[in-house]
Amino acid sequence: MAHPKRRQSKTRGRKRRTHYKSTVPSLMSCPNCGEMKMPHKVCLSCGFYDGKSILLPKNK
Amino acid sequence: MEHRKRGRKLSRTASHRKALLSNLSIALILHKRIETTVAKAKELRMYIEPLVTKAKSAFKVKDSEPAKSVHLRRIARKKLKNDEAVSVLFNDIGPKVVDRNGGYTRILKTGFREGDGGDTAIIEFVDFSYLDTAEQEKTDKKSKKKTVKSTAEETVDEGVKKTKRKSAGVKKSEKTTAEEKPKKKSGKSEKGSFNKARDKSKSKNNEEESKD
Repeated sequence: MAHPKRRQSKTRGRKRRTHYKSTVPSLMSCPNCGEMKMPHKVCLSCGFYDGKSILLPKNK
Repeated sequence: MEHRKRGRKLSRTASHRKALLSNLSIALILHKRIETTVAKAKELRMYIEPLVTKAKSAFKVKDSEPAKSVHLRRIARKKLKNDEAVSVLFNDIGPKVVDRNGGYTRILKTGFREGDGGDTAIIEFVDFSYLDTAEQEKTDKKSKKKTVKSTAEETVDEGVKKTKRKSAGVKKSEKTTAEEKPKKKSGKSEKGSFNKARDKSKSKNNEEESKD
């Protein structure tokens, strides 16, 4: 099997990794309870989606 | 080539995938709502909606063409390896969705699972309220528990009576009575581990009684 001839320098590795970025999740406040939630997902603090109660929140 | 091929593989072999979808369908039909991953929910929708349509049309032609109705039931039985699920589908769900033209299920995304980070979703029948089904399942569980308890108590009572009779009559060694009892009870008890634990504790009491 082929092997690398030279060890990669710190700079090279770091330059490649400059493109590794984390993104901020897009959040919105729940229209029912005001808690932050992800769009298109059921609000887990109040259990509402699309103005309707979908599930009963677990810790309340 | 994979081009234009419909459906997800779900990282499974064909037979494994088939079994998975069948099992998920049975669970959904019996519970009316299940929580799974988004990908599985979407695959399940493609699998189960035609079956609901079959149940619906079977209900429609039940009186005019009974043979066709039975035929549809048998097709559904091929896809659902469970008799109870088929009867629930055709007796409860079919009549309830007659006025709906497809789209019998609803998928709701419920965030990410702790552990593997899988994106989860709830899939449910549109025509069934989750509060009603949850309540019904609660009552079902309660009634089941009650029946199990009552049967367990009955068997224990019988056991006590027998040992009393024995101790009163012929003098037998404690070991034999202790050995005989669990055999008799295990035949009668429905749920194994639960009743076994009860029987053990009761048989101890009985030993004490026979000592007296």
